[in-house]
Amino acid sequence: MSFAIINDLTTNVDWSEINQATLDTLFMLGFAVLFSTLIGIPVGLILFLSSKGRLLQNKWVYNILSFIINVLRSVPFIILLIVMIPTTTMLVGTSLGAKGTIPPLVVGAFPFFARLVENALKEIDDGIFHMAESCGASTWQIVWHILLPEIMPSLIASITVTAIALVSYTAMAGTVGGGGLGDLAIRYGYQRFQTDVMLITVVLMVVMVQLIQVVGDFLVRILRK
Amino acid sequence: MITIQNLSKSYKQKKGQIKVIDDINLEVAKGEVFGIIGKSGAGKSTLIKCLNLLERPDSGKIIVDGVDLTAISVNELRIQRQQIGVIFQHFNLLSSKTIFANVALPLTLQGKHNKAEIKTAVDEMLSLVGLSQFANKYPASLSGGQKQRVGIARALITKPKLLLSDEATSALDPQTTNDILELLLEINQRLGITVVLITHELEVVRKICDKVAVIDKGKIIEQGNAFDILLHPKEPLTRKLIIEEESDKYLEKVKHFYQFEKHPNKHILLLSFVGEATYQPILNIISNETNANFSILRGELDRIKHMPFGQLLIEFDGDEGSLEKACSIMRSMKVHFEIVH
Repeated sequence: MSFAIINDLTTNVDWSEINQATLDTLFMLGFAVLFSTLIGIPVGLILFLSSKGRLLQNKWVYNILSFIINVLRSVPFIILLIVMIPTTTMLVGTSLGAKGTIPPLVVGAFPFFARLVENALKEIDDGIFHMAESCGASTWQIVWHILLPEIMPSLIASITVTAIALVSYTAMAGTVGGGGLGDLAIRYGYQRFQTDVMLITVVLMVVMVQLIQVVGDFLVRILRK
Repeated sequence: MITIQNLSKSYKQKKGQIKVIDDINLEVAKGEVFGIIGKSGAGKSTLIKCLNLLERPDSGKIIVDGVDLTAISVNELRIQRQQIGVIFQHFNLLSSKTIFANVALPLTLQGKHNKAEIKTAVDEMLSLVGLSQFANKYPASLSGGQKQRVGIARALITKPKLLLSDEATSALDPQTTNDILELLLEINQRLGITVVLITHELEVVRKICDKVAVIDKGKIIEQGNAFDILLHPKEPLTRKLIIEEESDKYLEKVKHFYQFEKHPNKHILLLSFVGEATYQPILNIISNETNANFSILRGELDRIKHMPFGQLLIEFDGDEGSLEKACSIMRSMKVHFEIVH
């Protein structure tokens, strides 16, 4: 009985396509988060360490890096998707589908993540640096044994925020043939007026965002002692 | 152990330069507890940061155990720093690591990886500071005094020759301050480690220092044995810092109250007793030998490190002859005195 109602309300929905689109979105999301983190952490560290009064203070490195990050952050993601098409093709062989969406997602997200890392590092008390230097620690040791463990909870929180931003970025990628739930929403929900498909993709993305937030919060709570 | 020669340091400010350390010379002997006392802004923080070159001085030498820290390479400096333990006002513990890992940190930074060796060393240090049962806890669950004990254990884990204390008790309540000072003294005596501390608290100097230097506006204005400086400060600024202002005000009131010009026979004496003299019935002896009368206006008994001392402010009522006689008795009994009026 109840199944019948659901079937009536979702006449346009092809569940196998929804499944595939969900998997595509998770695939894009997973790799985009992974690469944004891997690039964003070192960039954030260099930003922090080269800033004024820090261990590797260097005006030029800081200003140039900071400028590049600001430029990348000020380009709207939809424009970045298009501008990056040649680069993306060069990197992964195609600018279409889930695979072709990952490079622009990473370029869109890592500058944001790097700033979050920089801010987390700024929160560390100056006394910690005095202590580390007094122990005779090298810069690399300070990064590895002190800075990274100290910012771990903030790092997880930042990854959570970045992953959630990336969920909506993946959807936007659908406009230029990116694949995933966003693609489905545009091709069926928007272009063919299939409201039911649109609704389901939105619900799935809401669930995704909720899950990311809950898991992120949980990990932060464990790590924060 | 430490020789500081002609140390100077200035900071750039909007309007020219400000001298924070102005031609300081100091000598700290092996095994002693050396206190540097001064008001905030006197330059003591910068001075202690210079001792392991966290701040690089503009000029002058810092020789620790025969090595001039200002003349060596960055890598050599790192090795020298591992021989110098530091404890901090705000403890500077890593919140992400257990107490065990916090104490083990300097060993890790020295590249020691033998787990059994590290465990033995950390356990030994934790039992020295009385925190063995806290090894697996995190700093957030500790009180201020316990955190400082962890800081001390961490500073000592590398078996340093020198311990620097940067206002280590300033963030603690009086009782905890007392406990931490006793621990420092015990460490100084048991391990024979030289301690240099900076503080603005007179209490710290009184409790544990052998030698004291008084710093003001980047200069050392007076230095010597803790005893001499605390009981008989010479420089007016030292006096102000050391003899509580209360006591000076009190003296003013007394002078005003007695109207001495009407009582030529009345004098006010400040007597300081040290060591054995503290326990002698000095006033009794004087009153037996002369025909003078006394009244005690103010008195204090305390210890400087382990040495008992007393200070009495007395009103002396007697003629010139008995005053002279009293003075000679006090001299012969090695009681330091000052005729305040």
